Amino acid sequence: MATSSDWAVEATGLVKIFGDNRAVDGVDLRVRTGSVYGVLGPNGAGKTTVIRMLATLLRPDAGHATVFGHDVQHEAQIVRQLIGVTGQYASVDETLSATENLVLFSRLNGLGRAESRAKANELLEEFGLTAAAKRPLKNFSGGMRRRLDLAASLISQPPLIFLDEPTTGLDPRTRSQMWDTIRRLVSTGSTVLLTTQYLDEADQLADRIAVIDTGRVVAEGTADELKSSVGKSSLQLRLVNPADRDDAVRAIRSVLGVDVTLSPEAARITAPMQDPDRITDLLVALREQNISLTELAVQKPTLDEVFLTLTGHGVETDAATQPDASETPKGRVNA
Amino acid sequence: MSTITSTIQSGASRELRNHVSVGQTVRNSFSMAYRGLLKVRRTPEQLIDVTLQPIIFTVMFTFIFGGAIAGNVASYLPLLIPGILVQTVITTSVVTGVQLREDMDKGVFDRFKSLPIARIAPLAGALLADTVRYTIATTITFVVGFILGYRPEGGIGFVVLAGLLVIVCAWALSWIFAFFGVIARSASSVQGISFLVLFPLTFLSNAFVPSDTMPDWLQWFVNINPVSHLVSAVRDLANLGTVGSDFWLALLGAAVVVMIFAPLTVRAYMRKA
Repeated sequence: MATSSDWAVEATGLVKIFGDNRAVDGVDLRVRTGSVYGVLGPNGAGKTTVIRMLATLLRPDAGHATVFGHDVQHEAQIVRQLIGVTGQYASVDETLSATENLVLFSRLNGLGRAESRAKANELLEEFGLTAAAKRPLKNFSGGMRRRLDLAASLISQPPLIFLDEPTTGLDPRTRSQMWDTIRRLVSTGSTVLLTTQYLDEADQLADRIAVIDTGRVVAEGTADELKSSVGKSSLQLRLVNPADRDDAVRAIRSVLGVDVTLSPEAARITAPMQDPDRITDLLVALREQNISLTELAVQKPTLDEVFLTLTGHGVETDAATQPDASETPKGRVNA
Repeated sequence: MSTITSTIQSGASRELRNHVSVGQTVRNSFSMAYRGLLKVRRTPEQLIDVTLQPIIFTVMFTFIFGGAIAGNVASYLPLLIPGILVQTVITTSVVTGVQLREDMDKGVFDRFKSLPIARIAPLAGALLADTVRYTIATTITFVVGFILGYRPEGGIGFVVLAGLLVIVCAWALSWIFAFFGVIARSASSVQGISFLVLFPLTFLSNAFVPSDTMPDWLQWFVNINPVSHLVSAVRDLANLGTVGSDFWLALLGAAVVVMIFAPLTVRAYMRKA
């Protein structure tokens, strides 16, 4: 049994229901202190709702969660002293200037008047906002707003920081600046729980990743574990005649014993490849059935494929012909 | 760079409390009131209702009703100014609820909720900052009255006291509209509900006309209407320089409203969180 100092976040069976929509449907999460934990999922998967419950902003309908061993419901005020929250939509005051925002939040965090001013200047400097400090936020770019938002979350130097889609809508350069800031945060001992819909972001930043879809964790592990869960590498085939697709899929299933993923346009067949030796058998089998290929490639897995395989998104149009394409891997890697 | 490079104290080794002290609640509320004042300074157009409305209403009511009710304008002013003052300032307190609703829909309220501050502070602060609006409305009403020829017999000291009484009562009433603000879905519905409450309260009172010409059943309501007591208290103070029973009744009413609606509002606010 781990002690409370090992786990920054421990959540079991979190449920949140909005009307008849089970936005979060039994989510378990464990975030080790000092790590970056990524919650990855498409829009509407329930990521934000999970964060809001852990950050005491939303009451769970069922389940239990602790932050550094403190219950988010019964010790909410303690939890709030341990966390910083940066929302998906900048949670700063639009009508005030950057300085006024940081001074206000410093005051609310219990700092004195002079301390607050010093803290605000320090953070503005740190996040490169000094030049714009006095301007109203209405004229801030998306990147500046996010930086200010993050700065505001760091006033109390919280040991746990929630970042809800910290780079959504940012241009690539600003995004990589944001990544650098997050990495620096972690190097000082902060624990970061971030949500993202970008696979490369989770891959780049997170020590562990939970893939979440329709309110459930469908897979959990390090980026490498997730990648290897869909096969070491994948085999990609493109057929000359798309009408042969079903035969090809059957052949792959009988020879390699795996289920395939079809690309959204269904022209490409992707199969997890556990044993490269058996590719020869497959090619022979395809030749015997007169199925011609235009392309044959072996690809190392990307998180994109993990995502596609786990959530089944993108293959929905073929759901009728491929009922279990997304089901099998889901069962296998479910943590 | 010191902010980020200094090592962060671990969560387990911090000294933490799960409750908020009274002192901290007050400090948090004043910080939130400071935010409210900054907002007013940034968007001065929000003050249009508390500057123009008292001028227009006072002038309009004076010349429409003055001759009919009191024979002439000069003798109507001592009756009207306290009435219009109460009506204007209470109407202004509706805006508190409407603006609170708009404010709460913004992302910044998520941050307020995630901070270890008193839960009541964002509400109390907003309401506290709005006393500035009531003060402006009160001052302008008295000044317009003075320009039209109103000379309160009670003297400046009692006029100021009357103004303070109205501001305190408006602040108390603003908790009602803040409650609507928290439970309503949109700012416009807050406005709708609030005016539905407000119109009978301000017009079915002695604010504009003496109640003795009304039918008995209406007089009964007018006489128990807290707005009537507030108007009478202001008239006593400004016109006679006396503190009567209406003064204490108005303050008692204000206290009761706050005791009922402040906890209701905070609870609704937290449930919405």
